[in-house]
Amino acid sequence: MKKSLIILLLPVFTALLLCSSLHAENFHHRVDSLMISTADHTKFDELKKDFKSGPEVTAACLRCHTEASKQLHRTKHWTWEVPMKDGKMLGKQHVVNNFCISVESNEARCTSCHIGYGWKDKNFDFTSEKNVDCLVCHDATGTYKKYPSGAGHPALVDTVFGGKPFPKSDLTYIAQHVGNPDRHNCGICHFEGGGADAVKHGDLDNSLIDPSESIDVHMASGKDELNMTCIDCHKTEGHQVPGSRYEPTARDVHGFDYPLPDDYPTTCGSCHGLKPHEKFKKLDDHIDKVACQTCHIPVMAKERATKMWWDWSKAGQFDDKGKEITRKDSTGLPVYMTKKGEFEWAREVEPEYRWFNGEMNYVTFLSEIDDSGVVSINHPDGEPGDSLSRIWPFKVHRGKQPYDAGLKRFVKPKLYGPKGSGAYWKDFDWDKSIKTGMEYAGLKYSGNYGFVDTEMYWPISHMVSPKEDALGCVDCHARGGRLENLGGFYLPGRDASPFVEIVGLLVIVGSFVGIIAHGIMRYVAHKNMKQDGEV
Amino acid sequence: MRKVYLYARFQRFWHWMQAIIIFSLLFTGLEVHGLFKLIGYETAFHVHNFLAWGLLTFIVLAFFWYITTGDFRQYLTEGNLIEKIMMQARYYLIGIFKNEPHPFKKNEISRLNPLQRITYLMLTLVGLPLQIIVGFAYFYFNELVALGMPPSWMEPIAHLHTLLAYMLIGFVIMHVYMTTTGHTLTSNIKAMVTGWEEVEE
Repeated sequence: MKKSLIILLLPVFTALLLCSSLHAENFHHRVDSLMISTADHTKFDELKKDFKSGPEVTAACLRCHTEASKQLHRTKHWTWEVPMKDGKMLGKQHVVNNFCISVESNEARCTSCHIGYGWKDKNFDFTSEKNVDCLVCHDATGTYKKYPSGAGHPALVDTVFGGKPFPKSDLTYIAQHVGNPDRHNCGICHFEGGGADAVKHGDLDNSLIDPSESIDVHMASGKDELNMTCIDCHKTEGHQVPGSRYEPTARDVHGFDYPLPDDYPTTCGSCHGLKPHEKFKKLDDHIDKVACQTCHIPVMAKERATKMWWDWSKAGQFDDKGKEITRKDSTGLPVYMTKKGEFEWAREVEPEYRWFNGEMNYVTFLSEIDDSGVVSINHPDGEPGDSLSRIWPFKVHRGKQPYDAGLKRFVKPKLYGPKGSGAYWKDFDWDKSIKTGMEYAGLKYSGNYGFVDTEMYWPISHMVSPKEDALGCVDCHARGGRLENLGGFYLPGRDASPFVEIVGLLVIVGSFVGIIAHGIMRYVAHKNMKQDGEV
Repeated sequence: MRKVYLYARFQRFWHWMQAIIIFSLLFTGLEVHGLFKLIGYETAFHVHNFLAWGLLTFIVLAFFWYITTGDFRQYLTEGNLIEKIMMQARYYLIGIFKNEPHPFKKNEISRLNPLQRITYLMLTLVGLPLQIIVGFAYFYFNELVALGMPPSWMEPIAHLHTLLAYMLIGFVIMHVYMTTTGHTLTSNIKAMVTGWEEVEE
């Protein structure tokens, strides 16, 4: 009877097992285009034109979306400026970095990642509405591409860049096929920050266009995978895209609130809450001190190597024939370029860990630096006792870059430009390049330059692994673990009091020595007594 | 020689369960402390915390048993306890080598010598409860901090827990050795298994 019952129930169990949610469901409902938009842009007369340039497209967009450019003008995507609480003006336009160092005097090259057209020098008109580039974010075709040195303009005729063909963008077709930003829109700049795929961030690269779950569990786009895109977390309102490296949220104390903007931007806790570990409750005790990212992004640059070292001081070497040198490693990544110096790359890198309370200290071009050691271009603030600080993972990009050895300040070298303009990439003269750049920026230069070691911190938040791949206890709770060098707090498994350990050793060794001595004495005494016939 | 029934069934059960639990707690605790890697930090952590409840349960059970059966009287002493402890200590330090008789005879009413009484009493009333309290404070650290405990107590709590563990190891070593000091080398252990021990008339 019992046996037959089990056999009867077997299919039921099997069915239950098969139907149980073993897979994540797609984050987005599968809907047709009608459910997404009330407008079909192929039907607009404004867009049935042969567009000759980007600004022409924008003018057409503005016919209906009348206030769009005004909204965009308020974003840091447009201004490249972020005013900080302490009065410093940061943002891409102003910060020092240890990749290509500074935008100013190199605009035409750098602004191929600006959401505008024509920012080729400091005379760019930031109030211009038609110079807002709608397409770079809203191109749904994946064919729109700004020309790398076009000051934000796309190629208007078929051309070449760096010896490779660079096709023109079909503006009319693209204008008629616009949509909400998808991964490729954000990625065209953010995946290729620093000049090429995966260079800058360590947790953002083109592998996120179609990642496996092990690369990014949220963005994995296969069948029955979540398929979330950038703007699902960076949920935008009025074109303001939340999520800033200048003012990050190091600790979300509110938990569930998606999509309410009381945590701006969406944090892990916005969806997962503040007690996300159902099976292993002790992990929830970590949440006040350890950022989710620390355990759940065990390595960065999972598929594509990211740049870890950039030494500008080695730039300017030529081969015997006086030609520029490019040396590549076995994977095809450049490790030396005459224009740029020496690089080191790494894949599947363990991040470095620091206490972080959300405040980033930035050195600016006006700060006096201590050139006797490694200069932190930016440094995360925070300490163990502080209620906002948590242990965060960072990519630390290190390198050597030119500075004013007289004034002890960072400098803005002119890198990009025609021959004779002072641009280092053509003239290969640091002094001239720095002088030109600094003059252009209206900054002082002593005329005495050197190279200084720098490091720059990039908080890691993307490429979240499936939970199976998250760090285990012992990755940190051990001597020689990932948090070996993070001081100021007691970490079980890593730390010990020398006093307690010595006392403990004395107690244990003393006990053993005591019983062994006692035992031997008993044995000897007993034997002697036996010989003496006393027993 | 005569045989006396010294340890009731519950006592033996309690003793051996406690032995297993304490041994496992020490083992897993030392692994969590990072002294070796055998069963893995995470497993050691889970086993340790589970067994902590076991230790607590058995201590509470033992208190209940001692009180309800009246067996706690075994731990009471008449006369000068210090003097008696010194007598017993003198036996272990001198008398035992001269084959002197044990200074205190075991019988059904009094199975513990004064040194045992004070040691077990301190262990059961002070050492283990303190270790359990400190251990639970360690585990429920976040909850206690939420109730107002200063977060800086983490380190002293951890150190105290470790120190008490080392002292417990010292106790276990001595305790196991002391079992050989009975009438024969194994008579004490046999007694803790069967309940019956051969004692001098």
